[in-house]
Amino acid sequence: MVKQKLILIGNGMAGIRAIEEILKKKPTVFDITVFGSEPYPNYNRIQLSKVLQGDTEVSDITLNEWQWYEDNGIRLYPGETVTKIDKEKQFVYTDKGRIEEYDHLIIATGSNPFMLPLPGVDKEGVTAFRDIKDCEQMIDYSQKYSRAAVIGGGLLGLEAARGLLNLGMNVDVIHISDYLMERQLDRDAGQLLQKELEAQGMNFLLEKQTVEITGKKKVTGLKFKDGGQISADLVVMAVGIKPNVALAEESGIGVNRGIVVNDHMETNVPNIYAVGECAEHRQMVYGLVAPLYEQGQALAKHICGIEGQGYQGSILSTQLKVSGVDVFSTGKINEDADTKAIKMFDDWNGTYKKILVDEGKITGAVLFGDTKDGNRLLSLIKKGTDVEEYLNTDRNEESGVSLVAGMPDDEIICGCNGVTKGTIVEAIQADGLTTLEQVKGCTNASRSCGTCKSLVSDLLECTLGDDYNENQKETICACTDLSKDEVIAEIKEKKLTHTREVMHVLGWRNEEGCSKCKPALNYYLGMVNPTEYEDERESRFVNERLHANIQNDGTYSVVPRMYGGVTNADDLRKIADVADKYEVGMIKLTGGQRIDLLGIKKDDLPSIWADLGMPSGYAYGKSVRTVKTCVGANFCRFGTQDSVGMGIDIEKKFEGLNTPHKVKMGVSACPRNCAEGGVKDVGVIGLDGIWEVYVGGNGGTELRQAEILSKVKTQEEVLEVIGAFLQYYRENANYLERTSHWVARVGIEHVKEVIGNKEMRDALNERMDLTLSTIKEPWSEAVQNQTLLKELYEKVNVPTASK
Amino acid sequence: MEKTMRKVFIGKYSELPERLGKTVIFGDQEIAVFKLTSGKIKAIENRCPHRGGSLAEGMVSGDHVFCPLHDWKVSVIDGLVQAPDEGCVQTFDVEVTDDQVYVFIND
Ligand code: SRM
Ligand SMILES: Cc1cc2nc3c(=O)[nH]c(=O)nc-3n(C[C@H](O)[C@H](O)[C@H](O)COP(=O)(O)OP(=O)(O)OC[C@H]3O[C@@H](n4cnc5c(N)ncnc54)[C@H](O)[C@@H]3O)c2cc1C
Ligand code: SF4
Ligand code: FES
Repeated sequence: MVKQKLILIGNGMAGIRAIEEILKKKPTVFDITVFGSEPYPNYNRIQLSKVLQGDTEVSDITLNEWQWYEDNGIRLYPGETVTKIDKEKQFVYTDKGRIEEYDHLIIATGSNPFMLPLPGVDKEGVTAFRDIKDCEQMIDYSQKYSRAAVIGGGLLGLEAARGLLNLGMNVDVIHISDYLMERQLDRDAGQLLQKELEAQGMNFLLEKQTVEITGKKKVTGLKFKDGGQISADLVVMAVGIKPNVALAEESGIGVNRGIVVNDHMETNVPNIYAVGECAEHRQMVYGLVAPLYEQGQALAKHICGIEGQGYQGSILSTQLKVSGVDVFSTGKINEDADTKAIKMFDDWNGTYKKILVDEGKITGAVLFGDTKDGNRLLSLIKKGTDVEEYLNTDRNEESGVSLVAGMPDDEIICGCNGVTKGTIVEAIQADGLTTLEQVKGCTNASRSCGTCKSLVSDLLECTLGDDYNENQKETICACTDLSKDEVIAEIKEKKLTHTREVMHVLGWRNEEGCSKCKPALNYYLGMVNPTEYEDERESRFVNERLHANIQNDGTYSVVPRMYGGVTNADDLRKIADVADKYEVGMIKLTGGQRIDLLGIKKDDLPSIWADLGMPSGYAYGKSVRTVKTCVGANFCRFGTQDSVGMGIDIEKKFEGLNTPHKVKMGVSACPRNCAEGGVKDVGVIGLDGIWEVYVGGNGGTELRQAEILSKVKTQEEVLEVIGAFLQYYRENANYLERTSHWVARVGIEHVKEVIGNKEMRDALNERMDLTLSTIKEPWSEAVQNQTLLKELYEKVNVPTASK
Repeated sequence: MEKTMRKVFIGKYSELPERLGKTVIFGDQEIAVFKLTSGKIKAIENRCPHRGGSLAEGMVSGDHVFCPLHDWKVSVIDGLVQAPDEGCVQTFDVEVTDDQVYVFIND
């Protein structure tokens, strides 16, 4: 049989999806050729936002590898543009002089970014945000320049702005409307969003109309209609997209705003179809992937000769991919004369929810802050559910699971990758999948923007039933099937007293555990029973066992404590003497405001500690590390409080405390925050007459901004809040979970609730005080304890034979 | 050159800490000696095949020690590195008589 020639113009998300659907249905019928202007295989455009925000790399966003084209016998011409279609003779012509004949032609040319026709728009440093090239240009500019202006406060503009902030630029967002994302949000939600993004560091210029991009060859700034101007080294234009229809139009195919298609994605010319952002269906042009995938399916069915009702249009939902901001909207956004609205606005927690009702049916929703209900609302709108039904089944009753259970099989779960409920359920059953990661790997669901994760896990739960929970829980390590919470419960109930007993009684697979569970169990046992548990040094990582940090060459480093980063001439002299006497490799100021002595031989450690006579700075431990301080009110012209005193008090109170992971703190005396409390596990900021306590910040592997926990008046209260917070963290976090991950996991609101409750706060502090009372200073302990010295710090020197 | 074995005294059995390593230095060789939960004494070369980590400082679990630098898992019985990593370290024979621990070292 001679294969039918199928040509696809546009190697993008919609076109390739349509091809995939066709191959699924009729793998051998077509001889497929693909032309794409971009020099890459099909990639996930959505993820460009994440690339810019630094969460992933260009190399990781490919959807169909080169090999995929080869495996499916598809001829791909990357970097080649179709310039002409001869619709009578059924030929396409390309910019490289190629001429190809077709039986079926799919046009999937996507959109072009809309560039405002301003004077200066062609200057160097003006870019759109549409493809890999744009993304790379922005990253490149961020390394050379510091000021960016984003024109457009919609989804794309805000995601670009967040990315540029992450890349270290100062970002102004210029928006023509008086609130953000006015196409997807109402004014209330838009304003909440603005507040949140301002807190993240974005600067907004609303109701501003740009009239000129200034500069000579390179852009230097923007001018506005009201006469104002700003400077900028990079201008990102994100004001919208327009369907890419030039080729179709020139070839005499029917075009309105987009290429006009019917329910089977047919244009007005025989054998020519259009899908994706370039197509116009029932007067609608879409700019999100979920509808494009539904279109691809309808098209595939039709080309393969399978009957179907065709594409019926889509109800859209949007979500903003900016970390720390949850917004969701779907269907109708703003009330009109006949609409009733249910509104809930919680100014305190910064959440907002609006549900629009027309003739008793839900027709739209806007959520801010708490978007858990989003998927459910979208599904109710699609089903045309009565609002009464929604109101009667409170969210708790209609759990996510019964929601997904009620969905039809062809309902799309993952909009980004067009994965239906049916596909996921089938994969779970056929391949025995049990985790979200496996579903991701097998079906692509939730591989892109990730917002459907909760639906996928609901599907897992609903398909696997009871087996699901068993498999999902996070076990301590591969030695056991028990989770941390279960192990702690058993420790308490069975009164287990040492790590090997826990492993034995709870049926560990490896009798003596491994390097993951040993230290974890040692920590949990000590946390549960601070006064009686005897710490097991053999269950400690070398650094915590020896109270020094091992180096790559087997030497150690020593960091003595300097409370609040304050030192004195005596201590400095002792450090200098020790450095001379023991020939220390390097003396270094640490990022934690103290001094590190590096390259020390193990056997010298105890004598160095004896000479120093200073307490251990615990620079090696899963424990309280440093409390950085700023100069504060005693010297600084801006200082409002005694930050140094406060920092020293905190450090003295909590030094030596074992915690699930290390805890770093900072105290500043004004909002300039010189001690960097915004990226500390606990950050304290003194203001006039008040102290703010922030928690959950991190400046390391994964940057996270601390969130406000509490505002109090006195130093005692600061210690009380920190004590309760740290104890709650000690009791609840997984071993090796920093406060930043823990707070993000349980939610700051929850932590606030616990710490805000006087009774709980007092109880936590009581348990904290008990634990603090058991701490011994490890360096002086080692120096005085002969057994410790012998067992841990001495090496055996065997004399060699004298020959 | 002929290699000779030498039996060297490295310490009292009762004074070796359980589930911990001890570094024994003999000329330019370093040996890691472990007292396991079973009471057995095992001796292996004190150099992780990965990047030379001091195995004597590792965490001991059963018959294995985890290197303190990058967590490779090495058998103290036959010196083999456990999958997914690869490699091996030299092992040394040990003799315990009364309270005396001896290791057989290449001289
Ligand atoms: C000495 C110091 C670098 C310096 O000279 O400034 C240092 C040195 C080490 N850091 Fe650090 N960190 C030092 C400040 C920091 C800071 C900055 C700060 O504390 O203000 C950070 C980012 C802030 C944060 O943690 O939020 C930092 C983030 C890390 C991380 C990533 C932690 C995270 O949760 O993302 C690790 C790895 C880990 O802990 O698992 C790490 C691990 C290490 C270790 C202990 C790696 C190791 O296990 O051997 C390094 C020991 C080097 C050595 O050979 O002795 N170091 N490290 C700093 C000691 C501060 C002190 O006085 O105690
Ligand atoms: C930064 C960013 C973030 C986004 N985030 C989301 C999101 O969170 N959720 C969501 O649903 N959507 C999102 N989108 C939108 C989504 O990416 C698009 O809707 C989708 O990619 C459109 O697919 P398409 O195939 O129609 O067009 P495209 O993916 O643009 O593919 C069209 C391809 O055709 C090529 N082409 C054009 N003309 C020719 C020709 N004549 N010859 C050969 N090749 C040609 C183009 O070069 C292009 O590669 C985002 C878009 C961007 C840019
Ligand atoms: S950043 Fe920290 S962990 Fe990394 S090399 Fe430097 S000191 Fe070591
Ligand atoms: S040196 Fe032992 S694991 Fe790297």
